[in-house]
Amino acid sequence: MAPTILVVATLTFVALNVVPGDLAVMLAGVDARAEDVARLRALYGLDRPIVVRYLDWLAALGRGDLGISSSLRAPVAELVAARLPATLSLAFASMAVATAMGIALGSWSARRAGSIVDASVLVASQVGLAVPNFWLGILLLIGFAATLPIFPLQGYAALVRDPWAWARHLALPTLVIGVERGAVLTRLVRASLLEEMGRDYVRTARGKGVGDRAILRRHVLRNAAIPVLTVGGLQLGYLLGGAIIVEQVFGIPGLGRLLLQGIYARDLALVQGAVVVIALLFAGVNVLVDVLYTRLDPRIQYAA
Amino acid sequence: MGPRRNLPLAIGGAIVAAITLLALLAPWLAPYDPTAVNPGGRLAPPSAAHPLGTDALGRDVWTRVLHGGRVGLVVGVVAVVIGAGIGAPLGLVAGQFGGWVDLALMRLVDGLMAFPALLLAILTVAALGPGHIQAMGAIGVVLVPVFARVARGQALRLRDQEFTIAARALGATDARILGRHILPNTLGLLWIQATVAFSGAVLTEASLSYLGLGAQPPTPSWGWMLQEAREVLFVAPWLGIWPGVAIAAAVLGWNLLGDGIRDRLDPRR
Repeated sequence: MAPTILVVATLTFVALNVVPGDLAVMLAGVDARAEDVARLRALYGLDRPIVVRYLDWLAALGRGDLGISSSLRAPVAELVAARLPATLSLAFASMAVATAMGIALGSWSARRAGSIVDASVLVASQVGLAVPNFWLGILLLIGFAATLPIFPLQGYAALVRDPWAWARHLALPTLVIGVERGAVLTRLVRASLLEEMGRDYVRTARGKGVGDRAILRRHVLRNAAIPVLTVGGLQLGYLLGGAIIVEQVFGIPGLGRLLLQGIYARDLALVQGAVVVIALLFAGVNVLVDVLYTRLDPRIQYAA
Repeated sequence: MGPRRNLPLAIGGAIVAAITLLALLAPWLAPYDPTAVNPGGRLAPPSAAHPLGTDALGRDVWTRVLHGGRVGLVVGVVAVVIGAGIGAPLGLVAGQFGGWVDLALMRLVDGLMAFPALLLAILTVAALGPGHIQAMGAIGVVLVPVFARVARGQALRLRDQEFTIAARALGATDARILGRHILPNTLGLLWIQATVAFSGAVLTEASLSYLGLGAQPPTPSWGWMLQEAREVLFVAPWLGIWPGVAIAAAVLGWNLLGDGIRDRLDPRR
């Protein structure tokens, strides 16, 4: 975990500070006067050597200090903290939808492999994979605005303040990301169930007279969960990426929108802070997945 | 499942061929100039003159969908070439030499994979600035670890095969072994990977341009067309349909083609 944090932080810093050339000129504009550029350079500490700035930034990051946003004029850590609940709500809700959909559809079609049900699920999941999440969002906006105006089309409400409004605001974006990731998980659950059902232990259990349902629940699902969990963990990366763009479609004030706001405003500290926090969320989830493995399969050891 | 024809290959191949042809022939097929603004004919619904209607600036949507395909496909191809061009050699070298070279290169690859893909693309565009040229680089960066892993795995597998050991015993240099023995045996895998990577690249390009970080107006791109459509969604909902259909068809086509090629090369599945 610790090396991952360091690598993520370093890559973020290098990308944003080494590649683009003179940040002060960028902030001030190309036709700015020399003294304005110099003033900005001093203000943001850009006149110091890059290594010093890097070490300073890392040390501050360690204290949870992400710097001051130049466009919103507030500490980045506070801005990020304020936006975190919306993104996490969206991520967890969509993960729940995707998992439920993946297990239900995947095992349904695996049990009827080769049938028309199986074929339709496979075709539908292929289409689900291909439809861009932001377009699905737009289609839902068109559909619900015209026919069923029960969902607010934009915005977000805090869970603690109004759970009902929270759920109504999140329903459509959750559906968008859930369906997209659910399509991947459906295919995966189906494939790994089919693989496990062909194994010797299943034949043995069947020979003993164990019923199909019990075999599936007691033996197969448990073994099939491991590959599903691996890819499921990786899916969270896409899910967070998806949240960045779907937040934009539905006007949800989350981390992704904060990041894009920072990019549009060329707000270095804000971009840096938002990127690092999203990447760390992703890394954290992956560690969690690794720990879950050891629970499911005692043969796997987790090396911290 | 018994013998059956390779349906994914056939359908995927047909979609890919159709989209590629439409994009290549866009300048001849498109009835209008993709950037020609027509203030008199703004937000017109589909009609005989404009089969998919016109956008907020009066531009013909069918024309822009065709030309948007050109931009999307070119960005995708260049991004895959960048990703494979950097990733594959990195992976081959890491696999062949092992030791600290492998460790250092794979740390970098793991570092890139520690970012969600779209976030990495956005970060790169934030560094390079928005535009379709920059988007090529950004998507290429996202693809580097993908190709590096495939190439490294294959190099590791082939390192201890008899023909590699024989070549080494005959005094072949590392460069010769990599170039003459390992690379030719890795190309097949890289092609499959490239097909799948391409569909991802098209999707990422669309996402970046939807966010305004890819191709800049007035260059037509499917993603930005959907962003423009979103702004006038309740006045002209038909604008929100066709660029999305185009993206989905392209991604579906390349995914199916990739699956089909894999099935063909691996008859056990």
